[in-house]
Amino acid sequence: MSKHDTIHPGLNLGEHHGAAHDKAEIGAFGFWIFLMSDLIIFGLMFALYVTMQNPMGQAGGPGPKELFDLTSALIQTMLLLVSSLSFGLASLALRHHRSRAELTFWLALTLLLGLAFLSFEARDFAAMFAADAGPSRSGFLSAFFGLVPLHGLHVASGCLWLLIMLIQIRTLGLSDLVKSRLLKLGLFWHFLDIVWIGIFSIVYLGGLA
Amino acid sequence: MTPYSSDHRAEVRHYLVGFALALTLTALPFGLVAWGGVARIWVLAIVAGCAIIQTVVHLRYFLHLDLSRQKREDVLLILFSTLILSIMAGGTIWIVFNLAGRM
Amino acid sequence: MSGTSSLHWLIGRLDLSSLPILPALANPTPSEIVAAVAALMVILGGLGVAVLITWRGWWTSLWRDWLTSTDHKRIGIMYIVLALVMMVRGVLEGVVMRAQQAAGLDGGFLSDGHFAELFSTHGTIMIFFVAMPFIAGLINYVMPLQIGARDVSFPMLNQVSLALTAIGAALVMISLVLGKFSTGGWPAYPPYTGIAFNPGEGPDYWIWSVAIAGLGSTLSGLNFVVTIFKERAPGMKLFDMPLFTWTVLCTAIIMVFAMPPLTVATLTLALDRYLDFHFYTNDLGGNMMNYVNLFWLFGHPEVYLLILPAFGIFSEVISTFSGKCLYGYKSLVYATMVISVLSFTVWLHHFFTMGQSAHVNAAFGVASMFIAVPTGVKVYDWMATMFRGRIRLTVPMIYATGFLTLFVIGGLTGVMLANPTISYQVHNTLFLVAHFHNVIIPGVLFGLLAGYHYWFPKAFGFRLNERWGAISALFWITGFAFTFFPLYVLGLMGMPRRSASYVDPSFEPLTWVAMFGAALIFCALATLLIQLRVSIRDRAQTQVPLGDPWDGRTLEWSIPSPPPEYNFAIVPRVVGRDAFAEAKERGQGYPKPAGYEDIEMPRNTMLGMVVLIGGTALGLALVWYIWWLAVLSLVVMIGAFIAKSFVPEPHRIIPATEVAAAHEAWLAAIAKASPVTRAQETSAENRGLAALEMPEGAA
Repeated sequence: MSKHDTIHPGLNLGEHHGAAHDKAEIGAFGFWIFLMSDLIIFGLMFALYVTMQNPMGQAGGPGPKELFDLTSALIQTMLLLVSSLSFGLASLALRHHRSRAELTFWLALTLLLGLAFLSFEARDFAAMFAADAGPSRSGFLSAFFGLVPLHGLHVASGCLWLLIMLIQIRTLGLSDLVKSRLLKLGLFWHFLDIVWIGIFSIVYLGGLA
Repeated sequence: MTPYSSDHRAEVRHYLVGFALALTLTALPFGLVAWGGVARIWVLAIVAGCAIIQTVVHLRYFLHLDLSRQKREDVLLILFSTLILSIMAGGTIWIVFNLAGRM
Repeated sequence: MSGTSSLHWLIGRLDLSSLPILPALANPTPSEIVAAVAALMVILGGLGVAVLITWRGWWTSLWRDWLTSTDHKRIGIMYIVLALVMMVRGVLEGVVMRAQQAAGLDGGFLSDGHFAELFSTHGTIMIFFVAMPFIAGLINYVMPLQIGARDVSFPMLNQVSLALTAIGAALVMISLVLGKFSTGGWPAYPPYTGIAFNPGEGPDYWIWSVAIAGLGSTLSGLNFVVTIFKERAPGMKLFDMPLFTWTVLCTAIIMVFAMPPLTVATLTLALDRYLDFHFYTNDLGGNMMNYVNLFWLFGHPEVYLLILPAFGIFSEVISTFSGKCLYGYKSLVYATMVISVLSFTVWLHHFFTMGQSAHVNAAFGVASMFIAVPTGVKVYDWMATMFRGRIRLTVPMIYATGFLTLFVIGGLTGVMLANPTISYQVHNTLFLVAHFHNVIIPGVLFGLLAGYHYWFPKAFGFRLNERWGAISALFWITGFAFTFFPLYVLGLMGMPRRSASYVDPSFEPLTWVAMFGAALIFCALATLLIQLRVSIRDRAQTQVPLGDPWDGRTLEWSIPSPPPEYNFAIVPRVVGRDAFAEAKERGQGYPKPAGYEDIEMPRNTMLGMVVLIGGTALGLALVWYIWWLAVLSLVVMIGAFIAKSFVPEPHRIIPATEVAAAHEAWLAAIAKASPVTRAQETSAENRGLAALEMPEGAA
């Protein structure tokens, strides 16, 4: 009977790591809980947005139809979706002990896609500010700039984290510690893509429909 | 090649299936909004439906959650979070819309 | 003018008039003098502690053994010290407020603004910096011991959580010396706390102290959940866990899910104040009702977050001091779960009068009444546990009996308030103040104090003085009754809460009764501190190194007092509930292990201190618009985390021989000692080895 036989089995690091596996599992479980707490934050920002996306919240200012660009939203969606796939392939490279070059390649590709996403998002925001549609314009725009850049901030921290992991793969090697961090980063990255489903559905498609 | 390579190929295929599903579930609502032709209420319903299905697809294919015993506690955690979130967000929307309706 | 502008980038909007002592010299009204005295108390208190530590040469030990420690037991104790210090301030503020209202007919001695500051800090402190850290402290200390773990799952994160809580407390304390705290009450509703109506630093102090401490609580909750799920001793199933641990699990889950609404509420309010957003402003489409809704999405689960661990403590205390296993264990567990889920469904009852339709109010009113059902189940379970038990009226048990009687009254007035029509009548009156003090003082505070007396011997190896403890408990109970029962009546008479003064003379007599009660509560606090002093002085007579002074039932009593750093020399194998009581009955309370192993423990880390200093600087910088300091402290903190991640996790090995030597010495002491019966429990003979006594009537 192992120490953890009655309890949570955790994610897919692979069963053949013994104590390190247990430890990674504990970390991953903790990280799931953190993500769920973060999910509540996003959920409430969505709720705020929904309650303010109306003529009263817009206060005579521009609404979704004047502000949002469907093409740009689609491009951002695609960038994040492809980055989710590339991170998945990175996880597989890690899991199946393929070459470090392959792992680095997929991670670097994910980082680039993340940065591309951020630059498109920043371009959208800049256009909105130029059109005098910043957060100070109305409650609706406050809610928009409370929600969408919050996701952007998460993606930016994910990018920073990716960068740090790329360095640590070089300096610390593929130690158990680095592996379990990559596992958590993977959870984080896929989670952000799920939040983005909410954003493009509720904010962009819901606003433009 | 490592002895895991056949496993590896199968798992890559798993990711690609998930990616294809997600792509479809993205293309459909975007297409609908771009080209229209359907009543707004239906567009919203389809957008919402696709979003929910795509979330499940991500959980299943990218985060590897399933109904096996091994993943049960993760799934329970997510379901509980969804319950709390729907109480909070749903309640908020209900209350504030009710207030707005009375102003 | 160039001088001031060059200073402006350096010290933001700070200037000499931010110090409360100078205005008191210029304009010595009673209100200003009270503020100046409070500021002096903070400064002199801080200096006094620093001088004492220097004089005794404690700095090294403080740094090495406490501030950089990742040991859950030491972190727990630091939480409780923080809570006690803040409690002194909170109680004093309560007394000053009662005095103001007693003298409040047509005036009083405090200015309106000062009174508003007092009720805002009192509420904020009592909830966030007394109740929360006290609970976090007891959980930290006790829960890992109860489940047979060597530490929490993430010891470093635990240290960071403590630092985040301490930052919040530090900001509230600093607000006494630099500038003023918010006057917006503990929920800080906009638009009053918005920049248009309140451009000063007060609401900013509130926002950052609460937001930062709230983040700490979220992380604590996460840590506790993972610890309970992952670190239980082998064989301990969920339904074998002690009831306190169960309540901790539910509380921790509430922390994880109920703190985010607070984070959202505070940070969106900050966006409104700092970056000209319009979430809650009067103009440009803001909607302040969203804030009220968000705040109570946090605020209601919060009160259950506070009360559940107290329920857990009472369960342990009542079971131990009745000499019986807990009646209705499973019903208590299920009741706890039901309460935690229902706690997320009732938040609207805090704002029945906001203007939504009657059917919305009705739905939340019914949900609120439902919560009384599982709570009632618990009360019956506790009474049934005491029924036919051999009850020892020790200090924790005095608190438990006080709790049972008083808390039921508070609960019943809660059911009254759950009815929207009654809520409309007594809204914003002292009736409400009486109600929530009636659940929080006899419920939460008595529970925490019972836990403090119950587990103190475990933490420090000696018992607290029983006589002073009983005196203090009786002062708390009577003081509570005299202070808050009159407020029910005053509330029904129509006296609004948060009034610095009033014109109706019929309020006056009862405010004096409440003032008398506040004096009793002050005595309760004083005797509590005297008790600590006396207990330390007389500790030679109350040593319990063998670890089991109360004939305890759960694993924390199966180890020495104070426990070694690694808690358990050998991780216990658990079979069934009340593991230690069972083992003692089988005569296997103190088994001799077959062998010992090296134990790996986390090393000390400075990360918590970096967060504490950086976070306090960040908070102050944001409050006073000192932007360079805000950026600098943020960069330093993030940099510290990143730098830390490049150092592989450090561990320290405690060799098996060392563990064996300590454990064998303890076992030898037990073999030599003579067990004491419960009749000798509070005498000097009780060195922590309990004689096996069958309950009366048992065959």
